[in-house]
Amino acid sequence: MSEFVFLYRGGSRDGSPAEMQQVMQKWMNWLKGLGDKGHIKDQGQPLERSGRLVKGKQKTVTDGPFAEAKDIVGGYTLIEARDLDQAVELSKGCPILERDGAVEVRPVMKMSM
Amino acid sequence: MEPSEHLFRHEAGRMVATLTRIFGTHNMALAEDVVQDAFCRAFEVWKVRGVPENPSAWLMATAKNRAIDALRRERTARTFEPELSRLIHSEWTLAPGVEALFSENAIKDDLLRMMFSCCHPRLGEEAQVALMLNILCGFSVGEVAGAFVSTHSAIEKRISRAKRVLASSKKLFDVSAGAEFSSRLPAVQRALYLLFNEGYHGASPESAVRADLCHEAVRLTAILLQHPLGATPGTYALAALMHLDAARLPTRTDSSGNLSSLFDQDRSLWDSHLIAEGQRLLDLSATGPDLTEYHLEAAIARVHSTAGKTEDTNWGHIVSLYDKLMTIRHSPVVALNRAIALGQLEGPARGLEEILAITDRDRLTAYPFYFAALGEFQFRTGSYDLAREQFLKARDLARNPMERNFLEARFQACERAAILTPVSAIARK
Repeated sequence: MSEFVFLYRGGSRDGSPAEMQQVMQKWMNWLKGLGDKGHIKDQGQPLERSGRLVKGKQKTVTDGPFAEAKDIVGGYTLIEARDLDQAVELSKGCPILERDGAVEVRPVMKMSM
Repeated sequence: MEPSEHLFRHEAGRMVATLTRIFGTHNMALAEDVVQDAFCRAFEVWKVRGVPENPSAWLMATAKNRAIDALRRERTARTFEPELSRLIHSEWTLAPGVEALFSENAIKDDLLRMMFSCCHPRLGEEAQVALMLNILCGFSVGEVAGAFVSTHSAIEKRISRAKRVLASSKKLFDVSAGAEFSSRLPAVQRALYLLFNEGYHGASPESAVRADLCHEAVRLTAILLQHPLGATPGTYALAALMHLDAARLPTRTDSSGNLSSLFDQDRSLWDSHLIAEGQRLLDLSATGPDLTEYHLEAAIARVHSTAGKTEDTNWGHIVSLYDKLMTIRHSPVVALNRAIALGQLEGPARGLEEILAITDRDRLTAYPFYFAALGEFQFRTGSYDLAREQFLKARDLARNPMERNFLEARFQACERAAILTPVSAIARK
């Protein structure tokens, strides 16, 4: 088994309360499905969309922006999968894809080669 | 924990009502932004961490923190009520002040305040109902348009105009002022009644949407009943009417999704709990001298709910209740229903006569069930050709596929009957 990080990027935050609840339910079902099959190493955390950017030798601190709204990382999950192909397959169920978002699937580098 | 089905929608109403009280009606857009923001946070956190033990409290606490942020950000850019302005001016008083505005006791009547505010006398009934759905029930403009089978832009215009009227009143309605409360109560009852009816008889083709509207009306009426000034005989009767009608919701369509008339419904499927609750509420409404239209409509619904079979219906009693209803609220639809009941009691010829005697029946010519009623009685008198024409007119006025299928089936029945009947066959030549 190898480890992968799912980075959730963008994704529309608009919608009526009913729609938001529906999408939330889809996320919960999707993550539960992954967990039930033993693919979740760490469920991760949602991230605030704002913060500070510290940059360069001068250590300049700015309020962002970090990226375009559609590219902002909104959270992550640590996944266990056989290989990259399987991890990609698993990511395809993510509800963010139906809401103009993207999942970035990144293998975690292994310590021992 | 699984969130309850309409958690977000219902909490949205509560939170917008509370924040609008605090920010002032002219800042309602800010209140809505803060609520949207609170939902985004709930969405992001809950989808990963699961729904907390007490989701309502979590949401309201989040809304409170967002409100403090918004007030800090906007304290110089916007005008707030003098009292609030004073509080938010200093960091010493900002957080504790807002904390107090969100206390259990302070938020208790917010939904009711908003309900009364939505029924502003400068707004038409349709605008009041649309506003209630949007603000109190958390329906988006698109969802309200879906419920009314109207266009997005028409509803958007109606709701934004209504919000401007609301904004001009600066403060939410004061539900502790007895005289004003009682004088606006009929408008509130009427709006709740129309909301329920939109669900029960409305044009939306989706029965799920319509059941939602009925449930919302029941929920809001229950909130009205909790207030000592709101729990009048009329409100009890309104609640009774909603329960008794809602008991029949499961049978309004048959197993294949087709509309089923009151006469053909499987009465064993009527919800006996709702009927019992409706009867209890109707008993509670029978105090004092007030006899409202809701008393009469609920009484009619009770007669239906207690008849095990269509044939057992006490049509005489129903006609007399319609007679009384005509004196309180005369409308062509009430007159039509009365004529139908009379036709059930004294035969189809009498029913036809009564329908044709409705003075303002020209106002019914866009209503498919006016022609359907004519067709039904003509069918029963054996005038299949005439009946066929009526069902054709009715079918072309149908507001959704369910109605269209139902009326098409009646039209087909006339065709078949006409062919099988020699007299009619001769008449056709």
